[in-house]
Amino acid sequence: MIRRRRIIATVLVSTGLLALGAYARTAIQNKGSDTLVNVAQAWAEAYAKKAPEVAIAVSGGGSGTGIAAMINGTVDIANSSRRMKKSEIDLATEHGQDPVEHIVGYDALAVFLHPDNPASTLSLKQLSSIYARGQEFGNWSDLGVEVPGCKDNTIIVVSRQNNSGTYAYFQEAVLGKGGKYRQGTLDMHGSKDVVDLVEKTPCAIGYSGLAYATDHVKMACISSEDGKACVSPSVATASNRTYPIARPLFMYTNGAPKGDVKDYLDWILSDEGQCIILNKGYAPAHDVTCE
Amino acid sequence: MSPDVSTTELSSGRTGVTADDFDRRNLDWYVDKAVEVLVFICGISAIIFIIGIFTFITKEGYAFILQMDWVEVFTTQYWFPSDEGDPEFGILALIAGTASVTGLAMAVAIPFSLGGAIFVAEFASGKTREVLKVLVELLAAIPSVVWGFIGLSIMNPLIIKTFDVPVGLNVLNAGIILGLMAAPIMTSIAEDALKAVPDRYREAAEAMGATRWQIIVRVVLPAAKNGLLGAVLLGVGRGFGETMAVLMATGHSVNIPGSLFDSVRALTATIAAELGETAVGSEHYQALFAIGIFLFLITFIINLSADLIVRGVREG
Repeated sequence: MIRRRRIIATVLVSTGLLALGAYARTAIQNKGSDTLVNVAQAWAEAYAKKAPEVAIAVSGGGSGTGIAAMINGTVDIANSSRRMKKSEIDLATEHGQDPVEHIVGYDALAVFLHPDNPASTLSLKQLSSIYARGQEFGNWSDLGVEVPGCKDNTIIVVSRQNNSGTYAYFQEAVLGKGGKYRQGTLDMHGSKDVVDLVEKTPCAIGYSGLAYATDHVKMACISSEDGKACVSPSVATASNRTYPIARPLFMYTNGAPKGDVKDYLDWILSDEGQCIILNKGYAPAHDVTCE
Repeated sequence: MSPDVSTTELSSGRTGVTADDFDRRNLDWYVDKAVEVLVFICGISAIIFIIGIFTFITKEGYAFILQMDWVEVFTTQYWFPSDEGDPEFGILALIAGTASVTGLAMAVAIPFSLGGAIFVAEFASGKTREVLKVLVELLAAIPSVVWGFIGLSIMNPLIIKTFDVPVGLNVLNAGIILGLMAAPIMTSIAEDALKAVPDRYREAAEAMGATRWQIIVRVVLPAAKNGLLGAVLLGVGRGFGETMAVLMATGHSVNIPGSLFDSVRALTATIAAELGETAVGSEHYQALFAIGIFLFLITFIINLSADLIVRGVREG
């Protein structure tokens, strides 16, 4: 009898301790960009070892998802691969939020081609002629190339769904202010889908974060102007800003970060945090030396 | 003993029992009433849900409908709702995408389901028939994401190889997939319609020396035509509403198709792909709900007319 009581008491006490422990852990909700999700996950895992009392819940869904969650006040940190639009900031203010921007790294947007495609250098102007409305290059021969295995030489233009951060950045950087995408692009739902499709389609051209590159696709060397020397996408060229389509990666907090969120962001921007993003194939926000 | 007396005695006896019985009957009465209310709620729950859903999508989307430019929305093909400076909300290309895929799906599904229904209802018997019916129902149970996956990973390379086209995610791919998805339910309903044709029709025709084929074409099919039309309309409704498979198999490209090999995008797929990433309450969000209202109305009209037609068969 006494023994049984002792067991019950032990169970009760340990449950209480566990509950107390769970209570003491603070949770940071981190959501958004699919481009950043792998890095965010790696940060969260490394930080869990450093500060076990803070639990960080990371989920993806796209920059729009993170920003929407920030506007609706359901996350502590929103990841985004594009800047918040003015309309979104206004909407957030209306909902009583105050999004504050932090640049946590840079990402080179690679332009992918099928390995059989003889084209290897593209200028921003040519890219714009392929992607923009009105000045369409519909055919690979417009660029002076003949793509084997591609009937009619038609360019199959692969893009992203219209609320992806990659889509928005590419529009801004390649099509210019007020430039619009042409009609009839294949809008893939995710960076990986773009690479998969280009891999299987000789006629295709697509764009995505450098980290999604595989051995089965070719990355075009991009020149900022016709005739200028081109730069290949890499972590190094994104870090020194020579690659023309490298974009900042953002984390948004509601108001200036405080407490655990501030500690976490400070750690992300520390050399230790920045080495993690570097290892994942992105350029760090500032120069770091990692072993 | 006169009959009068016995009646009085009986009824007085009954009254005696009733007093005792009162509580029990009362409990029964409550149980009875409770079950009645419960069944009533179940019965009208469909209506409650329909009204609830319609209210919800209207609430989210009406602001857009009130201020939208009807001409732009229904006659232009540019769907760029997230553009910061100059968003465009033309859904013509999306409607064309949905219509072309559904149209092709019906071209695939009608011969299949009609042939299947005729075989099951008129020719097959015994075990064959039972096995076929079960298999058709099993086909209807395949989840749409599986169909989409088949479109993406089997049909896509097959179409590229067979027709020598650059991309296999197009109207043809989605139309075939959707046709196969809609065929089972159309087969079941068409078979019911054929079964509803009274045997005396067939017997009369047979007595006049008609062959089996003549009976089917001249007698059974005309007699069952309303039911068959209902089956087709339900298939159309299925096609309009299907999301996952068309999202995966169409190529998701805003485009008015000029051939079977053009990629398109469906209305439903647009909502599925974009809704999760739009800020609640933004114009883009409301526009997606407005598309939802449009889809709801179309499928409602299609299903309602299918239902009325099928009902007409049963009564006529």
